[in-house]
Amino acid sequence: MTRTETISLKGLSTGYRSKHKTTVVARDLTGAICSGELTCLIGANGSGKSTLLRTLSAFLSPLGGEISLLGRPLRDYSDRELSKVIGVVLTERVSLQNMTVEELVGMGRSPYTGFWGRLSKEDHAQVDAAITMVGIDNLRGRMIQTLSDGERQKVMIAKALAQETPIIFLDEPTAFLDYPSKVEILHLLHRLSREAGKTIFLSTHDLELALQIADRLWLMDRERGIRIGVPDELVRDGSLDRFFDHTELARRIRIKFEMLEK
Amino acid sequence: MKRSATLGMVLLAVSILVFFFLNLLLGSVSIPAGKVWSILWGGEDNAIWQNIVLKSRLPQALTALVAGAGLSIAGLQMQTVFRNPLAGPTELGVRSGARLGVAFVVLLSGRIGGIALSRIGAMGEVAMTLAAILGALAIMALIVYVAQRVRGNVTLLIIGVMIGYVANAIIGVLKFFSPEEDVRAYVVWGLGSFARVSGGQVTTFVCIMAVLLPLSFLLVKTLNLLLLGDGYARNLGLNIRRARMQVILCSGVLVAVVTAYCGPISFLGLAVPHLCRAIFRTSDHRILLPASLLAGASLALLCNLIARMPGFEGALPVNSVTALIGAPVVAWVLFKKRKEDTAE
Repeated sequence: MTRTETISLKGLSTGYRSKHKTTVVARDLTGAICSGELTCLIGANGSGKSTLLRTLSAFLSPLGGEISLLGRPLRDYSDRELSKVIGVVLTERVSLQNMTVEELVGMGRSPYTGFWGRLSKEDHAQVDAAITMVGIDNLRGRMIQTLSDGERQKVMIAKALAQETPIIFLDEPTAFLDYPSKVEILHLLHRLSREAGKTIFLSTHDLELALQIADRLWLMDRERGIRIGVPDELVRDGSLDRFFDHTELARRIRIKFEMLEK
Repeated sequence: MKRSATLGMVLLAVSILVFFFLNLLLGSVSIPAGKVWSILWGGEDNAIWQNIVLKSRLPQALTALVAGAGLSIAGLQMQTVFRNPLAGPTELGVRSGARLGVAFVVLLSGRIGGIALSRIGAMGEVAMTLAAILGALAIMALIVYVAQRVRGNVTLLIIGVMIGYVANAIIGVLKFFSPEEDVRAYVVWGLGSFARVSGGQVTTFVCIMAVLLPLSFLLVKTLNLLLLGDGYARNLGLNIRRARMQVILCSGVLVAVVTAYCGPISFLGLAVPHLCRAIFRTSDHRILLPASLLAGASLALLCNLIARMPGFEGALPVNSVTALIGAPVVAWVLFKKRKEDTAE
């Protein structure tokens, strides 16, 4: 899978605008995210990870700068078009009763279905493919309310896959999960980025896992903005140390990382 | 649609037919079933029986049918759009608006015009209906205006309830300054009844609902997407603000029209959607919407039938019946289902 730049940010400022005041969360963000790669966004709470993701998925409008998706400015996309370009997995927990996994994954087909939302044969095939790819065939007929957090997360990822978008954003997909599930979800996303050539961009607090699994990291900080690089390079050039005031943690991680290399 | 769902729909439809015919058949005057049948097809010349069936029982059954369907659909839509299982047509103050409209007409007419509205008969009926629709639509316009400005669903719901309180307070003041017989006319309207709608008005009512009910089906996909929550729905291409507006408007108009003709009918709008979710075990509106329509119509007919049972002689307010019969049924269904769920 060749990597090409699918998302590019130029001097982007994110934040909230209300009638009376504008709150800037992050300013002057510049960078690119590529297809066929798993990119992880890392930063402390309040560093603006969610705001950035919300801005990239057009839930929030940027306060300044440019975002372009597949070579076209984000603001030129209509809601309709966007639903076929970006799929999201959010932190909000869907509280659904009496809907099966298959039905929920099927909702991912909504941008393609007609007036009544009826799934065609092709839609069903896409849903099946998404379910198989995520490896939840055994859950297919289960009701959403009976699933564990990890299973739910996989279902939402399958939904995003069924949506057939080249780009998938995930906001802290590994939060609330136990360690094995965290590893499983990140490996799954990594595999999807390779096999399906998706551009996958996710925020996470699991630094150690991200260092091991991600292809590229975005370190985000309120004062220093973002630093982008492959994990290896970020560890070696001391960016990680500088990034976290808890140098002890960074040192431990570096040691661990070096051990892994050997 | 799954086979079990189709079967459920068919059973509901059959129950409607049965209850509808029983509504024509049973009452304080006993008319043989065969005769009722022939009266329906215009083949009977006992004028008294003909009058009873065609002028009283048939309009009442038709009113119950469409009113039950309308309220249930409105209830389902509101529960989905507010993501609140306790939302029903009473919330949002739409019904309070109808009450307010009627209160103004009934209670103020005596003061201004010099004659109590309760004395002028049919004209008064039409005036009351119009007042209820106007009152409900006015409050709804206010709610829709607020909905454009307010982000959270809960906030909107609370504002709706607040508007309801204000309307009730105004009604209280009006009542205090009105002559007793007008207050009584208002109270009678407030009891709710499928029997008040008379011959000519039934045609209008049924025609309006025949347009509105199919229109509500246009929102099926929107409602399904709203189930996922704002974030996911938006990502799937739904314009949340517009969707919310459409759903509120649709259910608000349904409630306004039904309340105008029948007075406030409680319980059906809240309970029927829950009943359908429990029976059909789905949250897919492609099934829930028609199911609520059928179940609502069926339950309203049943309640109307019970209100007219021998001994009550039509004296029992339909609201008491909807709650007395409906509440235990719904509680039982939900309870039984909870047990099944935990057994799995």
